[in-house]
Amino acid sequence: MSIKRREFLRLAGLSTLLGLGGKAAFELIAPGQLDAQTYAPESHALKAKRWAMVVDMRKLDEKTAAQCIQACHLAHNVPDIAKPTTPAAAVSPEDQVRFRIKWLWTEDYHNAFPGEEHEHIQEKLHHLKFLVLCNHCDNPPCVRVCPTKATFRRPDGMVMMDMHRCIGCRYCMAACPFGARSFNWRDPRPYIKEVNLNYPTREIGVVEKCTFCDERVSKGQMPACVEVSNGALTFGDLGDPKSKVREVLRANFTIRRKAHLGTLPQVYYIV
Amino acid sequence: MEHNGNYKNEFGWFADKPTVPRKLFHAKAVVGGLLIFLILVTAPLWRNLGKVVPAPDPKLNTQAILALPEKDRVCVEDTAFMKANHMRLLVDWRDEVVRNGNRDYINSKGKRYLASLSNNCMECHSNKSQFCDQCHNYVAVAPNCWGCHWEKEKKQVAQTEAK
Repeated sequence: MSIKRREFLRLAGLSTLLGLGGKAAFELIAPGQLDAQTYAPESHALKAKRWAMVVDMRKLDEKTAAQCIQACHLAHNVPDIAKPTTPAAAVSPEDQVRFRIKWLWTEDYHNAFPGEEHEHIQEKLHHLKFLVLCNHCDNPPCVRVCPTKATFRRPDGMVMMDMHRCIGCRYCMAACPFGARSFNWRDPRPYIKEVNLNYPTREIGVVEKCTFCDERVSKGQMPACVEVSNGALTFGDLGDPKSKVREVLRANFTIRRKAHLGTLPQVYYIV
Repeated sequence: MEHNGNYKNEFGWFADKPTVPRKLFHAKAVVGGLLIFLILVTAPLWRNLGKVVPAPDPKLNTQAILALPEKDRVCVEDTAFMKANHMRLLVDWRDEVVRNGNRDYINSKGKRYLASLSNNCMECHSNKSQFCDQCHNYVAVAPNCWGCHWEKEKKQVAQTEAK
């Protein structure tokens, strides 16, 4: 079977016309249908190539740190295992430490930066309480070991948790060198004093951590801790040379936690 | 071949067909056991005999819905679609929001909605026990949404109590 050249050209021309005019015709017949039932980011969402945070320990006193922690824990329904709302949920002092849920917390210098301390270290470092959180590493070991891809790295650098997929194997907790992940040994709800009904809690048997407030960033807001930090915390886009974080990083000497491990942490500290 | 009968089997010729005793051994125990088994298996049927399970009746009369003008009382998609596909829509929302960061849903008419169970669905359908649970209980499905996501019903109760 063969096709004449004239026939071929006619067919090719017609298909081209159909291809070009198809979408327009579709729009005429059923407006909006073609792009229907799709998804888009919220219109106010903040966008970045690489989110990062700078903690300025010169500006961060203990009161501000406590304020940041409180704002974070309130925004994300982070339970305080040491303070149950019902007496029946009370746990022993050892278990209060074991079951503790950490999103944003403080550590001493020698715990936050092990290996960096020495005998004759600056006096003030003995007293500073470093505000620590998930480092949203560029090379996150937690993501590499997760068997269900429940934790994953977004293209903008946030290391996210998909609680729906977490099976509670705790590989990620073993992999994370910063202790930034916590396992829900108990139903967290009896340990949440003040509840934020617009944010879910977690269930028994899943691992949770700081998410760089992806739910706030997607609404165009800064992370909860940054908002109440009186300028001690800076959050922004490393990919944008004009951004505030880049400015702060250019102007100051900064250190990162356990950078020698090669996880490329993206939370920077000005001491 | 010699034979003394008219019936043959693999052992030889016989006068009569050999009879196997037709008897149920331990008849009492066997029949009794079978009866007990049958009763146990059909117990749920007997227990619910004569009981009428009311048909599910999801209520749409929450304050948030009633406050809307009649023509705006529509869900993100039309009712038939929602009845058949709400679970798939919610799963799609979950994946798009959590994994792709797409928090807005553009419906079949091109309108934008916040893709959120607690912060959008439950704002109108704040009556979980009168709405979601009606059909879910009837068909005995237990979606595990509520282990983490807040059903805003309790908030409403708390608010009315505060008033």
